[in-house]
Amino acid sequence: MGKWTAAAVPCSAEPLIFDEELCIGCNRCMNVCQVDIMIPDPEPGKHPVVLYPGECWYCGSCVMECPRPGAVRLQHPLMNRAKFVPVKG
Amino acid sequence: MEYRWPYKNETGEEERISCDVLVLGGGMAGCYAAIAAARRGASVVLMEKGATVRSGSAGSGFDHWETACTNPGSRVTPEEIAEAFIDEQGGYSNGIAQYICCREGWDRLLDMESFGGKIRDTEDEFAGADFRDDETKLMYAYDYRNRYTLRVWGTTFKPALRKELSRLGVKVYDYTEATGLLTSVVNGRKTNTGAMGMNVRTGKMLIVSAKETVLAMSRPARIWLFDADLPGLCEFRPPQSIGSGHAMGWRAGAAFTMMEKSVPGEFSAAGRSYPPYSAGNNHNTWYAATMVDARGVEIPYVDRDGRILQSVRERYLPAPGQKFFLKGGVIDEAKYEYRGPETMPFDELIKRGYRTPFYADLSRMPEMERKVIWGMMVGEEGKTRVPVLQNYTERGFDPEKHMLQSYGTGWKSASFLAQERQLFGAPGGIFHDWDLKTNIDGLYAAGDQLFASDCAGFAAATGYYAGRKAAAAAEKVCLTPPDERQIHAEKKRIYAPLCREHGVHWKELNMAIAKAMRNYCGAVKNEELLTEGLSLLDSYKEEIVPALSCDNPHDLVRTHEVLDILTVSRIIIEACRMRKSGAKALYFERTDYPETDPPEDAHFITIRQEDGKVIRGDVPFQYWGGLKEEYEKRNQDYIKRGGK
Repeated sequence: MGKWTAAAVPCSAEPLIFDEELCIGCNRCMNVCQVDIMIPDPEPGKHPVVLYPGECWYCGSCVMECPRPGAVRLQHPLMNRAKFVPVKG
Repeated sequence: MEYRWPYKNETGEEERISCDVLVLGGGMAGCYAAIAAARRGASVVLMEKGATVRSGSAGSGFDHWETACTNPGSRVTPEEIAEAFIDEQGGYSNGIAQYICCREGWDRLLDMESFGGKIRDTEDEFAGADFRDDETKLMYAYDYRNRYTLRVWGTTFKPALRKELSRLGVKVYDYTEATGLLTSVVNGRKTNTGAMGMNVRTGKMLIVSAKETVLAMSRPARIWLFDADLPGLCEFRPPQSIGSGHAMGWRAGAAFTMMEKSVPGEFSAAGRSYPPYSAGNNHNTWYAATMVDARGVEIPYVDRDGRILQSVRERYLPAPGQKFFLKGGVIDEAKYEYRGPETMPFDELIKRGYRTPFYADLSRMPEMERKVIWGMMVGEEGKTRVPVLQNYTERGFDPEKHMLQSYGTGWKSASFLAQERQLFGAPGGIFHDWDLKTNIDGLYAAGDQLFASDCAGFAAATGYYAGRKAAAAAEKVCLTPPDERQIHAEKKRIYAPLCREHGVHWKELNMAIAKAMRNYCGAVKNEELLTEGLSLLDSYKEEIVPALSCDNPHDLVRTHEVLDILTVSRIIIEACRMRKSGAKALYFERTDYPETDPPEDAHFITIRQEDGKVIRGDVPFQYWGGLKEEYEKRNQDYIKRGGK
């Protein structure tokens, strides 16, 4: 058990979208995530790697914690975006 | 792409510490427990699997603080509301915890305010609103006449609690999962002596010797519902909150009750449900939104007598002749006595020609009611700030111009099959006395670990109470050194899956357990099904558990969770076998014992294990005695200290 590895486990959704221009790679989003779905990018200054996107709880704490608004966005799986329509009458 | 694990490999290393009070779980209950104990001068350690600043079910927010009956605007007493809950739940309620919640909830809100959390409309954003008291700036929900549920800014709460823990010198171990309790026999009695945990990133073991321990972890989950693609969304609560506290309590011999209760699924956004509060509805956070049908015709609200309400204001008032009504997280369709205003029943609407889909149309509501639902409640509740309020606004949703579609009926947004079940709506949990102490000396429980638990205010109030009782008890005992054999066995158990190169993945086992539970412990139960289910789970324990493997500590933690899910599933089946009749309030039916609620079975059944044997206990309803009297007998110190 000396050498641990990790590979991203893809799923049908992409909960977190990073803006590489805005992100400063501070990893605060990673360190607030209670499910611990990210690891730091091996290259310092880059946004964290979402290793376990399927385990995301979609709470948005990562976005709330981000010091650069827009650097990380949360998006629901497509099937979970409820429909809205203009009011009637 | 394969990455090297970014953290140190610290398996085989251990840290040993000791304290007066150890708190397991850093959610609402755990934080308040640690604060209460630290205020009393105890040295406190808190172990949390995530990061305490935002962890737990209420980590990213919550909007309703229920049953704060002693707040300055309240027109009900703690006794009235606690007794109403007990009656509403047909006796299968937690009178002790409900009463603590009703009696001390307001004290915890004042604490929260002193920590920097927001509990009042200090910016006068809602000045003059029906639901606001302009003098205290408190904002009420549901029953505007009786004013015992508060609207709160829950997104501010966990960061405030985290800061207070630091200020009080509580030693917080974040990213450390509690894996097992330590016990010894002291003076002839089984006694808790601390707990063991593991760093979820490095694998380092933490061994804490404690005089008293508070279990403040989650209720079980992922028992019947699992989705390997989106495991994070299988249940209402966070995916790593799956009942490990129950599993380790069971292994240590703690008693549980009501574990035979499960309800048909209410949420699983990995499938048919939408994320909580993200679709049109008129419950809870969205109470009492105006609903319209597909033609744009408004859906009537009725009072408990079926009288159609004419104004929005009436949706927030008791019916003529009714003192108060009950609404909230664990109240579904209340009894006549406590039933509040509600939209006309779905079947009746269809009969009268109303057409689906329905929508929540806030544009038809008075401005303050619209603003408080979309902007405050949706925004402060659970997972709504970013995922719903921000995202839907970015998508162009404007509550004055759009209506949001409703799926299914009520707030659930989907209909589940009868065998797709969850521990929801006051489920079973740890059985306890008036100190929130378990049957094991030195071991307390709070929040979602208690039987018939409720929401965030319940977690806060019971957490604080358990923490102060634990601190008081710690003054009278000495530390017992940990049992080295238990530590050795735990190391072997928790690291085993890391040592295997090829084997079964945790998701495969979780999938299999969930299917087994749907097949053998679904809506309708009988002895043959239950014992078959148990034998299948036993085969998983014997054949699959020794074959589990994983590549890194993250997967190891998930694997530990599934081992706990297996344990909890066994508790549930054993508890189901013990109840030999149906019980309406427990959503419990047996085909081999078709009688429902016979008087001889109308009581709590407790369950625990000792030396591998399952042991039953029978405890009468209302075992807590007179609520006010028994509470005051035991809490004079708290009363004299003015609720601190």
